[in-house]
Amino acid sequence: MIELLLSIWNLVPEALQTLLIIILKIVVIAVPIMLSVAYITLAERKVIGFIQVRIGPNRVGPRGLLQPIADGLKLMMKEVIIPTNANRFLFVIAPLLALAPALACWAVIPFADGWVLADIDAGLLYVLALSSLGVYGLIIAGWASNSKYAFLGSIRSAAQMVSYEIAMGFALVGVLMAAGSMNLSAIIESQSGSFLHWFWLPLFPLFLVYFIAGLAETNRAPFDVAEGESEIVAGFHVEYSGMAFALFFLAEYANMILISILTAIMFMGGWLSPFQGIPLLEDLFAFVPGIVWILAKTSFLLFLFLWFRATFPRYRYDQVMRLGWKVFIPITIVWILVIGVGVMAELGPWFD
Amino acid sequence: MSIEPILFYIFSTILVLASVAVVTVRNPVYAALCLVLAFFTCAAVWLLLEAEFLALVLILVYVGAVMVLFLFVIMMLDINLVRSKEGFIKYLPAGGFVAILILIEMCVVLGPENFGIEITGEPLKHAADYSNTKELGVTLYTQYAYPFEIAGALLLLAIVAAITLTMRRRPDSKYQDPAEQVSVRRDDRVRIVKMAAEKKQ
Repeated sequence: MIELLLSIWNLVPEALQTLLIIILKIVVIAVPIMLSVAYITLAERKVIGFIQVRIGPNRVGPRGLLQPIADGLKLMMKEVIIPTNANRFLFVIAPLLALAPALACWAVIPFADGWVLADIDAGLLYVLALSSLGVYGLIIAGWASNSKYAFLGSIRSAAQMVSYEIAMGFALVGVLMAAGSMNLSAIIESQSGSFLHWFWLPLFPLFLVYFIAGLAETNRAPFDVAEGESEIVAGFHVEYSGMAFALFFLAEYANMILISILTAIMFMGGWLSPFQGIPLLEDLFAFVPGIVWILAKTSFLLFLFLWFRATFPRYRYDQVMRLGWKVFIPITIVWILVIGVGVMAELGPWFD
Repeated sequence: MSIEPILFYIFSTILVLASVAVVTVRNPVYAALCLVLAFFTCAAVWLLLEAEFLALVLILVYVGAVMVLFLFVIMMLDINLVRSKEGFIKYLPAGGFVAILILIEMCVVLGPENFGIEITGEPLKHAADYSNTKELGVTLYTQYAYPFEIAGALLLLAIVAAITLTMRRRPDSKYQDPAEQVSVRRDDRVRIVKMAAEKKQ
Protein backbone atom coordinates (compact mmCIF):
# COMPACT_ATOMS: atom_id res chain seq x y z
CA MET A 1 0.00 0.00 0.00
CA ILE A 2 2.74 2.44 0.99
CA GLU A 3 4.80 1.41 -2.04
CA LEU A 4 1.82 2.07 -4.30
CA LEU A 5 1.37 5.51 -2.78
CA LEU A 6 5.08 6.22 -3.14
CA SER A 7 5.06 5.23 -6.80
CA ILE A 8 2.07 7.51 -7.43
CA TRP A 9 3.91 10.27 -5.58
CA ASN A 10 7.00 9.81 -7.75
CA LEU A 11 4.89 10.19 -10.90
CA VAL A 12 3.94 13.72 -9.81
CA PRO A 13 6.23 16.35 -11.40
CA GLU A 14 8.81 17.82 -9.07
CA ALA A 15 7.47 21.38 -9.04
CA LEU A 16 4.03 20.07 -8.12
CA GLN A 17 5.54 17.91 -5.39
CA THR A 18 7.09 20.95 -3.70
CA LEU A 19 3.80 22.81 -4.02
CA LEU A 20 1.86 19.92 -2.49
CA ILE A 21 4.31 19.60 0.39
CA ILE A 22 4.07 23.33 1.09
CA ILE A 23 0.28 23.19 1.03
CA LEU A 24 0.36 20.24 3.40
CA LYS A 25 2.62 22.18 5.78
CA ILE A 26 0.25 25.15 5.63
CA VAL A 27 -2.65 22.87 6.55
CA VAL A 28 -0.64 21.39 9.42
CA ILE A 29 -0.07 24.91 10.78
CA ALA A 30 -3.45 26.48 10.00
CA VAL A 31 -5.77 23.78 11.30
CA PRO A 32 -4.35 23.77 14.86
CA ILE A 33 -4.49 27.59 14.84
CA MET A 34 -8.16 27.52 13.95
CA LEU A 35 -8.84 24.88 16.62
CA SER A 36 -6.94 26.89 19.23
CA VAL A 37 -8.89 29.99 18.28
CA ALA A 38 -12.10 28.06 18.86
CA TYR A 39 -10.95 26.78 22.22
CA ILE A 40 -9.49 30.10 23.36
CA THR A 41 -13.01 31.50 23.19
CA LEU A 42 -14.05 28.76 25.58
CA ALA A 43 -10.99 29.28 27.77
CA GLU A 44 -11.72 32.99 27.89
CA ARG A 45 -15.26 32.45 29.09
CA LYS A 46 -14.17 29.83 31.60
CA VAL A 47 -11.25 31.85 32.97
CA ILE A 48 -13.22 35.06 33.25
CA GLY A 49 -16.03 33.03 34.77
CA PHE A 50 -13.78 31.63 37.49
CA ILE A 51 -12.27 35.05 38.16
CA GLN A 52 -15.77 36.38 38.68
CA VAL A 53 -16.79 33.33 40.79
CA ARG A 54 -19.04 31.90 38.10
CA ILE A 55 -18.77 28.54 36.35
CA GLY A 56 -18.87 29.66 32.75
CA PRO A 57 -20.38 27.62 29.91
CA ASN A 58 -20.99 24.06 31.08
CA ARG A 59 -24.02 22.84 29.16
CA VAL A 60 -22.84 21.78 25.68
CA GLY A 61 -20.89 18.55 25.87
CA PRO A 62 -18.92 17.33 28.90
CA ARG A 63 -17.97 20.37 31.04
CA GLY A 64 -18.97 22.64 28.18
CA LEU A 65 -16.16 21.39 25.95
CA LEU A 66 -18.30 21.41 22.81
CA GLN A 67 -19.39 25.03 23.33
CA PRO A 68 -17.04 26.45 20.62
CA ILE A 69 -18.38 23.91 18.09
CA ALA A 70 -21.93 24.92 18.93
CA ASP A 71 -21.00 28.60 18.61
CA GLY A 72 -19.35 27.98 15.26
CA LEU A 73 -22.36 26.07 13.95
CA LYS A 74 -24.68 28.82 15.14
CA LEU A 75 -22.65 31.50 13.38
CA MET A 76 -22.51 29.45 10.19
CA MET A 77 -26.26 28.96 10.14
CA LYS A 78 -27.03 32.62 10.66
CA GLU A 79 -27.93 34.92 7.81
CA VAL A 80 -25.27 37.38 6.66
CA ILE A 81 -27.14 40.66 6.58
CA ILE A 82 -25.82 43.34 4.27
CA PRO A 83 -27.19 46.75 5.22
CA THR A 84 -28.89 48.88 2.59
CA ASN A 85 -26.57 51.49 1.10
CA ALA A 86 -23.58 49.51 2.28
CA ASN A 87 -20.82 49.07 -0.23
CA ARG A 88 -21.44 45.38 -0.99
CA PHE A 89 -18.03 44.48 -2.41
CA LEU A 90 -15.98 46.12 0.33
CA PHE A 91 -18.42 44.97 3.01
CA VAL A 92 -17.85 41.35 2.06
CA ILE A 93 -14.11 41.63 1.44
CA ALA A 94 -13.29 43.44 4.73
CA PRO A 95 -13.43 40.36 7.03
CA LEU A 96 -11.14 38.52 4.62
CA LEU A 97 -8.69 41.42 4.71
CA ALA A 98 -8.68 41.20 8.50
CA LEU A 99 -8.14 37.45 8.63
CA ALA A 100 -5.63 36.87 5.80
CA PRO A 101 -2.67 38.85 7.25
CA ALA A 102 -3.28 37.31 10.68
CA LEU A 103 -2.80 33.86 9.16
CA ALA A 104 -0.05 34.79 6.69
CA CYS A 105 2.26 35.86 9.53
CA TRP A 106 2.42 32.25 10.73
CA ALA A 107 4.56 31.32 7.72
CA VAL A 108 7.75 32.46 9.44
CA ILE A 109 7.00 31.31 13.00
CA PRO A 110 9.42 28.59 14.15
CA PHE A 111 7.73 26.01 16.42
CA ALA A 112 10.86 24.06 17.25
CA ASP A 113 14.40 23.78 15.97
CA GLY A 114 13.96 23.69 12.18
CA TRP A 115 10.15 23.45 12.31
CA VAL A 116 9.28 26.45 10.23
CA LEU A 117 7.41 26.86 6.95
CA ALA A 118 9.57 29.65 5.49
CA ASP A 119 12.91 30.20 7.20
CA ILE A 120 13.44 33.61 5.64
CA ASP A 121 16.18 36.03 6.58
CA ALA A 122 13.94 39.02 7.17
CA GLY A 123 11.37 37.16 9.26
CA LEU A 124 10.89 39.90 11.83
CA LEU A 125 10.34 42.50 9.12
CA TYR A 126 7.88 40.18 7.38
CA VAL A 127 5.85 39.80 10.56
CA LEU A 128 5.87 43.56 11.13
CA ALA A 129 4.86 44.30 7.52
CA LEU A 130 2.04 41.78 7.43
CA SER A 131 0.63 42.60 10.84
CA SER A 132 0.41 46.24 9.75
CA LEU A 133 -2.01 45.15 7.00
CA GLY A 134 -4.65 43.90 9.40
CA VAL A 135 -5.87 47.44 9.99
CA TYR A 136 -7.30 47.62 6.46
CA GLY A 137 -9.96 45.07 7.28
CA LEU A 138 -11.12 47.22 10.18
CA ILE A 139 -11.11 50.53 8.33
CA ILE A 140 -12.88 49.14 5.28
CA ALA A 141 -15.43 47.32 7.42
CA GLY A 142 -16.29 50.52 9.24
CA TRP A 143 -16.56 52.58 6.10
CA ALA A 144 -18.40 50.04 3.95
CA SER A 145 -21.06 49.43 6.61
CA ASN A 146 -22.43 52.93 6.07
CA SER A 147 -23.09 53.28 9.77
CA LYS A 148 -21.90 56.01 12.11
CA TYR A 149 -21.11 53.70 15.00
CA ALA A 150 -19.13 51.35 12.80
CA PHE A 151 -17.25 54.25 11.25
CA LEU A 152 -16.38 55.77 14.62
CA GLY A 153 -15.18 52.38 15.80
CA SER A 154 -13.01 51.87 12.77
CA ILE A 155 -11.48 55.34 13.08
CA ARG A 156 -10.69 54.73 16.72
CA SER A 157 -9.11 51.36 16.06
CA ALA A 158 -7.13 52.58 13.06
CA ALA A 159 -5.70 55.51 15.02
CA GLN A 160 -4.86 53.20 17.89
CA MET A 161 -3.22 50.56 15.71
CA VAL A 162 -1.14 53.07 13.76
CA SER A 163 0.07 54.67 17.01
CA TYR A 164 0.98 51.44 18.75
CA GLU A 165 2.64 49.99 15.67
CA ILE A 166 5.44 52.53 16.09
CA ALA A 167 6.16 51.49 19.66
CA MET A 168 5.96 47.85 18.59
CA GLY A 169 8.34 48.44 15.70
CA PHE A 170 10.85 50.12 18.00
CA ALA A 171 10.62 47.22 20.44
CA LEU A 172 11.40 44.87 17.55
CA VAL A 173 14.36 47.07 16.58
CA GLY A 174 15.73 46.51 20.07
CA VAL A 175 15.30 42.74 19.69
CA LEU A 176 17.06 42.58 16.36
CA MET A 177 19.91 44.73 17.68
CA ALA A 178 20.34 42.38 20.62
CA ALA A 179 20.09 39.25 18.48
CA GLY A 180 22.02 40.58 15.50
CA SER A 181 19.56 38.96 13.11
CA MET A 182 16.02 39.29 11.80
CA ASN A 183 15.59 35.56 11.35
CA LEU A 184 13.27 34.32 14.09
CA SER A 185 15.13 31.02 14.54
CA ALA A 186 18.42 32.90 14.87
CA ILE A 187 16.82 35.20 17.45
CA ILE A 188 15.90 32.18 19.55
CA GLU A 189 19.35 30.63 19.09
CA SER A 190 21.02 33.82 20.31
CA GLN A 191 19.09 33.55 23.60
CA SER A 192 20.36 30.08 24.48
CA GLY A 193 22.30 29.58 27.69
CA SER A 194 19.88 29.76 30.57
CA PHE A 195 16.63 31.55 31.24
CA LEU A 196 18.70 34.52 32.38
CA HIS A 197 20.09 34.72 28.84
CA TRP A 198 16.61 35.22 27.42
CA PHE A 199 15.97 38.73 26.22
CA TRP A 200 13.28 39.49 28.80
CA LEU A 201 16.03 40.49 31.19
CA PRO A 202 18.25 42.87 29.15
CA LEU A 203 15.24 44.10 27.17
CA PHE A 204 12.78 44.23 30.03
CA PRO A 205 11.19 47.62 29.17
CA LEU A 206 10.84 46.55 25.53
CA PHE A 207 9.28 43.28 26.66
CA LEU A 208 6.60 45.16 28.59
CA VAL A 209 6.10 47.70 25.81
CA TYR A 210 5.82 45.00 23.17
CA PHE A 211 3.28 42.96 25.08
CA ILE A 212 1.13 45.94 26.08
CA ALA A 213 1.32 47.35 22.55
CA GLY A 214 0.28 43.88 21.40
CA LEU A 215 -2.79 44.14 23.62
CA ALA A 216 -3.57 47.47 21.99
CA GLU A 217 -2.88 46.14 18.48
CA THR A 218 -5.37 43.33 18.90
CA ASN A 219 -7.93 45.75 20.37
CA ARG A 220 -8.19 43.70 23.51
CA ALA A 221 -9.27 44.94 26.92
CA PRO A 222 -8.20 47.29 28.49
CA PHE A 223 -7.56 48.89 25.09
CA ASP A 224 -10.80 47.82 23.43
CA VAL A 225 -12.00 51.36 22.80
CA ALA A 226 -12.63 50.27 19.20
CA GLU A 227 -15.46 48.08 20.43
CA GLY A 228 -16.44 50.04 23.51
CA GLU A 229 -19.89 48.53 23.82
CA SER A 230 -21.05 51.18 26.25
CA GLU A 231 -20.01 54.01 23.91
CA ILE A 232 -20.26 52.91 20.30
CA VAL A 233 -22.24 49.65 20.56
CA ALA A 234 -19.58 47.27 19.15
CA GLY A 235 -17.38 49.35 16.93
CA PHE A 236 -16.45 48.43 13.42
CA HIS A 237 -18.34 45.14 13.28
CA VAL A 238 -21.72 46.43 14.42
CA GLU A 239 -23.35 45.67 11.09
CA TYR A 240 -21.82 42.24 10.61
CA SER A 241 -23.62 39.01 11.35
CA GLY A 242 -23.15 35.30 10.84
CA MET A 243 -19.96 34.06 9.26
CA ALA A 244 -18.75 37.54 8.26
CA PHE A 245 -18.72 38.47 11.94
CA ALA A 246 -17.09 35.16 12.80
CA LEU A 247 -14.18 35.98 10.49
CA PHE A 248 -13.45 39.17 12.46
CA PHE A 249 -13.59 37.12 15.60
CA LEU A 250 -11.18 34.55 14.17
CA ALA A 251 -8.81 37.31 13.09
CA GLU A 252 -8.78 38.90 16.54
CA TYR A 253 -8.03 35.64 18.31
CA ALA A 254 -5.50 34.51 15.68
CA ASN A 255 -3.73 37.84 16.23
CA MET A 256 -3.77 37.26 19.99
CA ILE A 257 -2.05 33.90 19.56
CA LEU A 258 0.39 35.48 17.12
CA ILE A 259 1.37 38.26 19.53
CA SER A 260 1.78 35.71 22.32
CA ILE A 261 3.97 33.37 20.32
CA LEU A 262 6.05 36.29 19.02
CA THR A 263 6.60 37.53 22.57
CA ALA A 264 7.58 34.00 23.54
CA ILE A 265 10.01 33.81 20.63
CA MET A 266 11.61 37.21 21.06
CA PHE A 267 11.73 37.64 24.82
CA MET A 268 11.22 34.24 26.41
CA GLY A 269 13.54 32.02 24.46
CA GLY A 270 11.04 30.34 22.12
CA TRP A 271 11.54 26.60 22.13
CA LEU A 272 14.46 26.74 24.59
CA SER A 273 13.96 24.91 27.85
CA PRO A 274 13.74 27.15 30.93
CA PHE A 275 15.93 24.66 32.79
CA GLN A 276 18.83 25.03 30.38
CA GLY A 277 22.12 25.45 32.25
CA ILE A 278 20.70 24.28 35.61
CA PRO A 279 22.68 21.09 36.42
CA LEU A 280 20.10 18.55 37.61
CA LEU A 281 16.87 19.90 36.12
CA GLU A 282 18.32 20.22 32.63
CA ASP A 283 18.87 16.46 32.32
CA LEU A 284 15.59 15.72 34.01
CA PHE A 285 13.63 17.73 31.44
CA ALA A 286 15.85 16.98 28.44
CA PHE A 287 13.23 14.63 26.95
CA VAL A 288 10.65 17.41 26.56
CA PRO A 289 10.56 18.50 22.90
CA GLY A 290 11.01 22.20 22.11
CA ILE A 291 7.48 22.65 20.79
CA VAL A 292 6.09 21.90 24.25
CA TRP A 293 8.09 24.74 25.76
CA ILE A 294 7.12 27.28 23.13
CA LEU A 295 3.45 26.30 23.37
CA ALA A 296 3.58 26.47 27.16
CA LYS A 297 5.05 29.97 27.04
CA THR A 298 2.47 31.02 24.47
CA SER A 299 -0.35 29.63 26.57
CA PHE A 300 0.89 31.51 29.62
CA LEU A 301 0.94 34.79 27.66
CA LEU A 302 -2.53 34.05 26.28
CA PHE A 303 -3.72 33.53 29.83
CA LEU A 304 -2.37 37.00 30.62
CA PHE A 305 -4.59 38.39 27.84
CA LEU A 306 -7.64 36.88 29.54
CA TRP A 307 -6.51 37.88 33.01
CA PHE A 308 -6.04 41.51 31.93
CA ARG A 309 -9.48 41.55 30.42
CA ALA A 310 -11.06 40.43 33.66
CA THR A 311 -8.97 42.78 35.79
CA PHE A 312 -8.56 46.19 34.20
CA PRO A 313 -11.25 48.73 33.35
CA ARG A 314 -11.19 50.17 29.86
CA TYR A 315 -8.74 52.99 29.17
CA ARG A 316 -10.14 56.36 28.27
CA TYR A 317 -9.48 57.18 24.63
CA ASP A 318 -7.15 60.16 25.14
CA GLN A 319 -5.20 58.18 27.72
CA VAL A 320 -4.71 55.36 25.24
CA MET A 321 -3.17 57.83 22.82
CA ARG A 322 -1.06 59.43 25.54
CA LEU A 323 0.30 56.05 26.64
CA GLY A 324 1.23 55.12 23.09
CA TRP A 325 2.88 58.35 22.00
CA LYS A 326 4.19 59.96 25.16
CA VAL A 327 5.17 56.98 27.27
CA PHE A 328 5.95 53.96 25.09
CA ILE A 329 7.80 55.61 22.23
CA PRO A 330 10.22 57.54 24.50
CA ILE A 331 10.85 54.41 26.58
CA THR A 332 11.66 52.34 23.51
CA ILE A 333 13.95 55.00 22.01
CA VAL A 334 15.88 55.37 25.26
CA TRP A 335 16.21 51.62 25.65
CA ILE A 336 17.42 51.22 22.06
CA LEU A 337 20.27 53.58 22.96
CA VAL A 338 20.98 51.51 26.08
CA ILE A 339 21.09 48.32 24.00
CA GLY A 340 23.38 50.04 21.50
CA VAL A 341 25.82 50.84 24.30
CA GLY A 342 25.49 47.30 25.65
CA VAL A 343 26.17 45.74 22.25
CA MET A 344 29.16 48.04 21.67
CA ALA A 345 30.56 47.20 25.12
CA GLU A 346 29.81 43.48 24.51
CA LEU A 347 28.06 43.37 27.85
CA GLY A 348 27.85 39.79 29.05
CA PRO A 349 26.19 37.37 29.18
CA TRP A 350 23.78 38.63 26.51
CA PHE A 351 25.75 40.58 23.96
CA ASP A 352 29.12 38.82 23.90
CA MET B 1 10.54 26.65 -17.76
CA SER B 2 10.98 28.20 -14.37
CA ILE B 3 8.11 29.68 -12.46
CA GLU B 4 9.68 33.12 -11.97
CA PRO B 5 8.73 34.62 -15.36
CA ILE B 6 5.13 33.49 -14.84
CA LEU B 7 5.04 35.12 -11.41
CA PHE B 8 6.64 38.25 -12.82
CA TYR B 9 4.05 38.59 -15.56
CA ILE B 10 1.17 37.93 -13.16
CA PHE B 11 2.39 40.53 -10.69
CA SER B 12 3.27 43.13 -13.29
CA THR B 13 -0.09 42.74 -15.01
CA ILE B 14 -1.85 43.33 -11.70
CA LEU B 15 0.50 46.24 -10.99
CA VAL B 16 -0.23 47.96 -14.30
CA LEU B 17 -3.97 47.36 -14.05
CA ALA B 18 -4.08 48.62 -10.48
CA SER B 19 -2.09 51.74 -11.35
CA VAL B 20 -4.45 52.50 -14.23
CA ALA B 21 -7.40 51.94 -11.92
CA VAL B 22 -6.01 54.43 -9.38
CA VAL B 23 -6.55 57.30 -11.82
CA THR B 24 -9.66 55.99 -13.58
CA VAL B 25 -12.03 54.68 -10.88
CA ARG B 26 -14.60 57.18 -9.70
CA ASN B 27 -14.83 56.30 -6.04
CA PRO B 28 -11.82 57.81 -4.19
CA VAL B 29 -11.84 55.00 -1.62
CA TYR B 30 -11.51 52.47 -4.42
CA ALA B 31 -8.71 54.56 -5.89
CA ALA B 32 -6.81 54.49 -2.60
CA LEU B 33 -7.33 50.73 -2.30
CA CYS B 34 -6.07 50.25 -5.85
CA LEU B 35 -2.96 52.18 -4.88
CA VAL B 36 -2.52 49.79 -1.97
CA LEU B 37 -2.79 46.89 -4.39
CA ALA B 38 -0.25 48.55 -6.68
CA PHE B 39 2.22 48.97 -3.80
CA PHE B 40 1.70 45.39 -2.77
CA THR B 41 2.31 43.88 -6.20
CA CYS B 42 5.28 46.21 -6.66
CA ALA B 43 6.71 44.74 -3.47
CA ALA B 44 6.16 41.27 -4.93
CA VAL B 45 8.10 42.24 -8.08
CA TRP B 46 10.93 43.55 -5.90
CA LEU B 47 10.93 40.25 -4.02
CA LEU B 48 11.55 38.51 -7.36
CA LEU B 49 14.57 40.82 -7.73
CA GLU B 50 15.89 39.47 -4.38
CA ALA B 51 15.37 42.86 -2.75
CA GLU B 52 13.39 41.54 0.19
CA PHE B 53 14.30 44.36 2.56
CA LEU B 54 13.03 47.05 0.20
CA ALA B 55 9.91 45.04 -0.61
CA LEU B 56 8.98 44.53 3.04
CA VAL B 57 9.75 48.12 3.95
CA LEU B 58 7.59 49.30 1.06
CA ILE B 59 4.69 47.33 2.51
CA LEU B 60 5.46 48.41 6.07
CA VAL B 61 5.80 52.13 5.38
CA TYR B 62 3.54 52.84 2.43
CA VAL B 63 0.83 50.23 2.83
CA GLY B 64 0.91 49.92 6.61
CA ALA B 65 1.19 53.58 7.53
CA VAL B 66 0.93 56.12 4.71
CA MET B 67 -2.06 54.64 2.90
CA VAL B 68 -3.92 54.04 6.15
CA LEU B 69 -3.72 57.76 6.86
CA PHE B 70 -4.72 58.53 3.25
CA LEU B 71 -7.78 56.31 3.59
CA PHE B 72 -8.56 57.99 6.87
CA VAL B 73 -8.64 61.41 5.27
CA ILE B 74 -10.55 60.25 2.19
CA MET B 75 -13.21 58.57 4.31
CA MET B 76 -13.61 61.61 6.55
CA LEU B 77 -14.10 63.98 3.65
CA ASP B 78 -17.49 63.79 2.06
CA ILE B 79 -16.17 64.06 -1.46
CA ASN B 80 -18.68 65.35 -3.95
CA LEU B 81 -18.30 63.05 -6.92
CA VAL B 82 -20.36 65.17 -9.30
CA ARG B 83 -18.40 68.34 -8.65
CA SER B 84 -15.02 66.64 -8.91
CA LYS B 85 -15.98 65.42 -12.38
CA GLU B 86 -17.00 68.89 -13.53
CA GLY B 87 -14.80 70.56 -16.11
CA PHE B 88 -13.35 67.31 -17.37
CA ILE B 89 -13.54 68.44 -20.99
CA LYS B 90 -12.28 71.90 -20.13
CA TYR B 91 -9.09 70.63 -18.52
CA LEU B 92 -8.59 67.73 -20.93
CA PRO B 93 -6.23 69.52 -23.38
CA ALA B 94 -3.96 70.84 -20.62
CA GLY B 95 -3.96 67.54 -18.76
CA GLY B 96 -3.36 65.56 -21.92
CA PHE B 97 -0.47 67.83 -22.84
CA VAL B 98 1.18 67.32 -19.45
CA ALA B 99 0.63 63.57 -19.66
CA ILE B 100 2.24 63.33 -23.11
CA LEU B 101 5.13 65.51 -21.94
CA ILE B 102 5.78 63.26 -18.95
CA LEU B 103 5.55 60.17 -21.17
CA ILE B 104 8.16 61.59 -23.58
CA GLU B 105 10.45 62.57 -20.70
CA MET B 106 10.21 59.12 -19.18
CA CYS B 107 10.94 57.48 -22.52
CA VAL B 108 14.04 59.66 -22.93
CA VAL B 109 15.34 59.19 -19.40
CA LEU B 110 14.37 55.58 -18.71
CA GLY B 111 14.73 54.28 -22.27
CA PRO B 112 16.83 51.26 -23.23
CA GLU B 113 19.88 53.39 -24.11
CA ASN B 114 20.22 54.26 -20.41
CA PHE B 115 18.72 51.31 -18.59
CA GLY B 116 18.82 48.54 -21.20
CA ILE B 117 20.01 45.06 -20.30
CA GLU B 118 23.33 45.68 -22.16
CA ILE B 119 24.11 48.64 -19.93
CA THR B 120 22.98 47.52 -16.49
CA GLY B 121 23.74 43.87 -17.08
CA GLU B 122 21.52 40.99 -16.07
CA PRO B 123 20.58 40.97 -12.38
CA LEU B 124 22.83 38.54 -10.54
CA LYS B 125 21.39 35.41 -9.05
CA HIS B 126 22.66 35.08 -5.51
CA ALA B 127 23.09 32.02 -3.37
CA ALA B 128 20.62 31.18 -0.61
CA ASP B 129 22.80 32.76 2.09
CA TYR B 130 22.73 36.17 0.39
CA SER B 131 21.07 38.75 2.60
CA ASN B 132 19.78 41.85 0.90
CA THR B 133 19.23 43.48 4.28
CA LYS B 134 22.84 43.04 5.31
CA GLU B 135 24.18 44.25 1.95
CA LEU B 136 22.03 47.38 2.10
CA GLY B 137 23.00 48.07 5.69
CA VAL B 138 26.71 47.70 5.03
CA THR B 139 26.58 50.01 2.00
CA LEU B 140 24.40 52.59 3.72
CA TYR B 141 26.46 52.81 6.89
CA THR B 142 29.93 52.71 5.34
CA GLN B 143 30.07 54.05 1.81
CA TYR B 144 27.07 56.37 2.06
CA ALA B 145 27.18 57.13 5.79
CA TYR B 146 27.26 60.94 5.43
CA PRO B 147 24.54 61.26 2.75
CA PHE B 148 22.43 58.89 4.84
CA GLU B 149 22.89 60.96 7.98
CA ILE B 150 22.14 64.17 6.09
CA ALA B 151 18.95 62.65 4.68
CA GLY B 152 17.96 61.61 8.19
CA ALA B 153 18.60 65.10 9.56
CA LEU B 154 16.56 66.61 6.71
CA LEU B 155 13.64 64.32 7.47
CA LEU B 156 13.79 65.22 11.15
CA LEU B 157 13.86 68.88 10.23
CA ALA B 158 10.81 68.40 8.01
CA ILE B 159 8.93 66.67 10.84
CA VAL B 160 9.73 69.43 13.33
CA ALA B 161 8.85 72.11 10.76
CA ALA B 162 5.56 70.46 9.86
CA ILE B 163 4.56 70.20 13.51
CA THR B 164 5.54 73.75 14.42
CA LEU B 165 3.79 75.16 11.34
CA THR B 166 0.50 73.41 12.03
CA MET B 167 0.47 73.47 15.81
CA ARG B 168 -1.75 76.13 17.32
CA ARG B 169 -2.47 76.28 20.98
CA ARG B 170 -5.97 77.53 21.41
CA PRO B 171 -6.58 79.29 24.71
CA ASP B 172 -10.05 77.78 25.09
CA SER B 173 -9.04 74.14 24.66
CA LYS B 174 -8.69 72.12 27.83
CA TYR B 175 -5.69 70.03 28.77
CA GLN B 176 -5.02 67.47 31.40
CA ASP B 177 -1.74 67.16 33.17
CA PRO B 178 -1.49 63.50 34.22
CA ALA B 179 1.43 64.23 36.56
CA GLU B 180 -0.73 66.72 38.42
CA GLN B 181 -3.64 64.28 38.45
CA VAL B 182 -1.50 61.55 39.96
CA SER B 183 0.06 63.75 42.61
CA VAL B 184 -3.24 65.09 43.87
CA ARG B 185 -3.75 64.87 47.63
CA ARG B 186 -6.89 64.39 49.58
CA ASP B 187 -6.66 67.85 51.12
CA ASP B 188 -6.90 69.47 47.67
CA ARG B 189 -10.25 67.88 46.94
CA VAL B 190 -12.04 67.32 50.22
CA ARG B 191 -12.78 69.78 52.97
CA ILE B 192 -14.25 68.33 56.11
CA VAL B 193 -16.46 70.73 57.91
CA LYS B 194 -17.10 70.26 61.59
CA MET B 195 -20.29 71.67 62.86
CA ALA B 196 -22.47 71.18 65.84
CA ALA B 197 -25.49 68.97 65.46
CA GLU B 198 -28.66 70.91 64.94
CA LYS B 199 -31.85 70.29 66.79
CA LYS B 200 -35.19 69.97 65.13
CA GLN B 201 -37.03 73.24 65.48
